[in-house]
Amino acid sequence: MTMNTANYDALKKIIKIYLPEDVSVDDITPNSHLINELNINSANLVDVVLDVEDHFDITIEDDEIEKMDTVTSALDIISQKVAK
Amino acid sequence: MNKQRVVITGLGVCAPNGVGIPAFTEAIKKGISGIRFQQQLADLNFGCQIAGQPEIPDGLLENYFTPLQLRDLEATGITYGMIAGVDAWNDAGLSSTDKDTVDYDSGIVFGTSLLGVEKFRKAIYLTDEGKVKRLGSTTVIQTMASGISAYLGGYLGCGNQVTTNSSACTTGTESILMGYDRIANGYAKRMLVGGCNDAGPYIWGGFDAMRVLNKKHNDRPEEGSRPMQSDASGFVPGSGAGALVLESLESALERKATIYAEVLGGAVNSGGQRQSGSMTAPNSIAVQRCIKDALENTSVDPNEIDTINGHLTATGMCPTEIKNWSEALGRSGESFPYINSLKSMTGHCLAAAGSIETVATILELHEGMVFGNSNCDDIHEDITAIVPENRIPNKTIKKELHIAAKASFGFGDVNCCMLFKKYNS
Repeated sequence: MTMNTANYDALKKIIKIYLPEDVSVDDITPNSHLINELNINSANLVDVVLDVEDHFDITIEDDEIEKMDTVTSALDIISQKVAK
Repeated sequence: MNKQRVVITGLGVCAPNGVGIPAFTEAIKKGISGIRFQQQLADLNFGCQIAGQPEIPDGLLENYFTPLQLRDLEATGITYGMIAGVDAWNDAGLSSTDKDTVDYDSGIVFGTSLLGVEKFRKAIYLTDEGKVKRLGSTTVIQTMASGISAYLGGYLGCGNQVTTNSSACTTGTESILMGYDRIANGYAKRMLVGGCNDAGPYIWGGFDAMRVLNKKHNDRPEEGSRPMQSDASGFVPGSGAGALVLESLESALERKATIYAEVLGGAVNSGGQRQSGSMTAPNSIAVQRCIKDALENTSVDPNEIDTINGHLTATGMCPTEIKNWSEALGRSGESFPYINSLKSMTGHCLAAAGSIETVATILELHEGMVFGNSNCDDIHEDITAIVPENRIPNKTIKKELHIAAKASFGFGDVNCCMLFKKYNS
């Protein structure tokens, strides 16, 4: 699946506020692991999901949240949902 | 082991009549009121439509919170507590640790009553609508009572005891005694202590329903809080936070820190809701005992006390409190110490009251003054029968002070009395 640039930019914008001080928005790549590489507090993942739901007007289920470990996997879930 | 001497090296305040120590100091010297008309309370049919609430300047909060924390911060108590607590820490010449360092010598006892009621209100609506997932990650940390000590602990990097105490309107004063004990016994070098209280109708409504608030000055807010006045008929609700950095004298001297005053110690007790005591009224025998215990614990002679910062809320209990001080100290007439009530300017800041008022007391000792009581030009006759009017100044007077007493009394019939001394190097 080719990456949707608009979705990627929107997701980066959402993730940006959750980055710790020592991680820059430029560090985000499609392969970035949200917790292990971008150092997002695991408690904040639920807030990232809420922001994604609001922005894309979709609902993400609990079992899908577990699969959202990298930027790419998050984009995949978003694309599937938006397409429906 | 000998007890460590404990001193105060930092102050911070977020009060209805002044945010930050410079503004607050000027306010208490000049008798500036923080009581304002609250349209929201009027819209909600409150009997009392005036209250004390800190006015936070635009942009100030960015110094205390990350953009992420600020995004859905709805706990006013945490807002006020962070301003006061972080300010006190900085005022003491201390700073946050870096991200890999924990300061195991520094702890926090920061009290509150209810925290994050606005946040909790939203959470209740979402939960009832079946949208529990929408609560996000910040509902718990903003509504748990220890949210305030947790926010402060994370900001500063404290590794000693980090906790929250809660004893109604005694909370703020009790936190100081708890922090003092920890340092005096050698368990910590520094303790950030204080109290905070949320603002708003969900905090104040219960008091309005109990008919303990003043409903007669909605058109004259600044005249609404009238401790010791002949026509006092209820308190004005308030909110905010006060904070002090307590430190062992040894550590303070080693750091060459500014020493505002020495904490001599104090006492805490309960009247057991027996005799004249109840859930909402203090047992006078216990109040007197608490004051006497504080004197005994600190080896202070009652005649050494120069000034008292009372609890004095203006509910009609002020004459009883004055009588209790007089009997506990064995002093009346011209020999009675100065006495004042900060609540005349701030209203009753509930769990924050004792800490904001103690900050005022420490400023009195440090600057050599007794701040004046506002709205106190016709003192209740049961008070003037014990204390001459010149001991209850209604304008700030310059006065070299040595020892000051501060007491707070709370629902549940709980009491705390603290004694502070001017520090002479």
